[in-house]
Amino acid sequence: MKEHILPAIRLTLVCLVFFCGIYTLIVLGIAQLTNSKGKGEIIIENGKKYYANVGQKFTNDEYFRSRPSAVDYNAAGAAGSNKGPANPDYLKTVRQRIDTFLIHNPGIDKADIPSDLVTASGAGLDPHISVQGASIQVKRVAHVRGISESQLQQLVAQNTEKPLLGLFGTERVNVLRLNIALDKLK
Amino acid sequence: MNTEIFGVILMYALVIVIAIPLGRYIGKVFSNEKTWLDGLFNPVDKAFYKLAGVDSAKEMNWKQHLLSLLSINLFWFLLGMFVLMNMGWLPLNPDSNPSMGADLAFNTVTSFICNTNLQHYSGETGMSYLGQLILMLFQFISAASGISIAAVLFIAMKEKTTTRLGNSYFLFIRTCTRILFPIALVTAILLLFNGTPMTFGGKDTITNLQGDTVQVSRGPVAAFVSIKHLGTNGGGFFGPNSAHPLENPNYTTNIIEMVAQMIIPVALVFALGYILKRRRFAWIVYGVMTVGFLILTIPTIISEVNGNPAIARMGIGQPSGNMEGKEVRFGPVASAYWSIATTVISTGSVNAMHDSFMPLSGMNQLLGMMVNCFYGGVGVGFMNFYIFTILAVFISGLMVGRTPEFMGKKIEAREMKIAMIIALLHPLLILTGTGIASHLYAGNPEAYAGWLNNPGYHGFSEMLYEFTSSSANNGSGFEGLGDNTPFWNIACGIVMLMARYLPIIGPIAIAGSLAAKKYIPESAGTLKTDTLTFGLMIFAVIAIVAALSFFPALALGPIAAYFSLY
Repeated sequence: MKEHILPAIRLTLVCLVFFCGIYTLIVLGIAQLTNSKGKGEIIIENGKKYYANVGQKFTNDEYFRSRPSAVDYNAAGAAGSNKGPANPDYLKTVRQRIDTFLIHNPGIDKADIPSDLVTASGAGLDPHISVQGASIQVKRVAHVRGISESQLQQLVAQNTEKPLLGLFGTERVNVLRLNIALDKLK
Repeated sequence: MNTEIFGVILMYALVIVIAIPLGRYIGKVFSNEKTWLDGLFNPVDKAFYKLAGVDSAKEMNWKQHLLSLLSINLFWFLLGMFVLMNMGWLPLNPDSNPSMGADLAFNTVTSFICNTNLQHYSGETGMSYLGQLILMLFQFISAASGISIAAVLFIAMKEKTTTRLGNSYFLFIRTCTRILFPIALVTAILLLFNGTPMTFGGKDTITNLQGDTVQVSRGPVAAFVSIKHLGTNGGGFFGPNSAHPLENPNYTTNIIEMVAQMIIPVALVFALGYILKRRRFAWIVYGVMTVGFLILTIPTIISEVNGNPAIARMGIGQPSGNMEGKEVRFGPVASAYWSIATTVISTGSVNAMHDSFMPLSGMNQLLGMMVNCFYGGVGVGFMNFYIFTILAVFISGLMVGRTPEFMGKKIEAREMKIAMIIALLHPLLILTGTGIASHLYAGNPEAYAGWLNNPGYHGFSEMLYEFTSSSANNGSGFEGLGDNTPFWNIACGIVMLMARYLPIIGPIAIAGSLAAKKYIPESAGTLKTDTLTFGLMIFAVIAIVAALSFFPALALGPIAAYFSLY
């Protein structure tokens, strides 16, 4: 055992310098070459700074809503709800969300509400909603803002992110980008 | 939906395309053959040997290998405990996060040196950047420990009689510099250019579009996330792991992280074929693992895409399936695929919350960890598979009335005893732990009310999952479990320690003892281990051991939950 202890300590220290020092600094250096300089993808709009990938809370009817969040879009302590699929409290919450949605969006067929609009995401910071989740809110936003529905449908289509190379993954709408574009319509 | 299916097919195809040449490269690195990176890394390795004061040429027997592994792991434990219990006042702590208490630090350090990365804290509030860097160091070196000890196993399986099995420092340092470092660096760069942050700045404060002020946690994420996956570690920089939009910003990063976590476990199988010059055997092993992986993956994808029947009954649509705990950018298919990949290969990172998956998906995640050798974690996955192979050789030998021989060496009572103990250790740890926890909870549900986030069968599954994840050195969780309590911290810590080191000691002892035996050349009477029949035999042994050990527990948890929901 003894002959292994000293090398163990020295080898660990060398690894410490190599990985925590050299490797980390190389990655940090290369980060400065990226557009965001390693600070995460940023959107600057009217002098205000937003994180493109970090979802935001929208409670006003004049904006497209994000998904429900277990942490109320607190990006300093992200988390999911961790509710199981049969949990009665959870199912009650979902039912309430559906009712609230119907109150805010009169004239919508309940069967058209996609589940992503009434369920919380894994991190509570989901920046996206499904395309259907955006289109179903068009009627409300158009009414509140006094813009035509077809114009808004077009805006949703413009802000739809296609699957990677058109082939891999999901279609989705970044709520923040959509709402920024919406504010510009005025 | 089709594009989502194409997405997971692409992820798997990329793994195979990379893993086959990578396996050959790893084989060369361990056999000390020429590779194209020699010019760069020969001087680096020399510096490592010199500064660490080790003689890389001295051959070791299996006991010396284990001693050197255990001594260095012991020192990592002490170093980790010191940093995590003092990080509050140590540098690199812009968010002023506090030091850890002893039980949480014990759990966290154990979990990272054991390549488990079970996390009873949240990165945003529970870890300073210095702490994160030390954990990142453990992600490199615990993975290197696992890979280099698997290399010892490969060397011991060669067809000759010897007690000299290479040098542990030589294998460890080469794994660090020539395998983990370059691939981790490339992965980190890809992540950086896809929007993953890498900064030492603390929390940022922004005003959102609606006018509310919010804080955004940041950090040196890219460097950490790359080795987190490559080394099948899985510990998240942020609490929600790779579901967090800064840790896994888009579908491209999801592909990168998914592929990174699978390439080394798969490549090691091909490295084995290269080192032993038994490609056919490697393909049989790969085939058995892949069949097991697909049997778990396909039903999970179907069950997530079909959605939650309780929500369907409310009358809304589920065009993208069960979305609770999932991110829209990944969708149900890629999330379900990830959840099985991460549990069969012991990564334990998540891109969706496992607690909110449908009951049968949860069962498949549990089964992935209970079997723990369909690919398996870097290095140790193959060691678990090796135990099942020894059992299969022995049973087949009995069935056809031949002396059980594996790779030209006789398997006798001593090897079989060790193999049986190791095969039964995993169910013993899981079921004992879950049994004690259930007993405590059932005896006094009010005192332990904080434990379970969900009532009924699913609550039992939360406890079962935590011990399964600890014993499989996986690290994912049904995160609803209120696990930052002395009971969970200490119990899971002990389980992780036993489940890490005993399944390393066992196979190395078997392989060491087999290597020292006389080599018997293959004859007409030898049981062929590189045939489809033998592949089926291994699969049957794995399935029977898993079913006998775990069916009753699964029936109480996910299976009961399934029948109450449908």
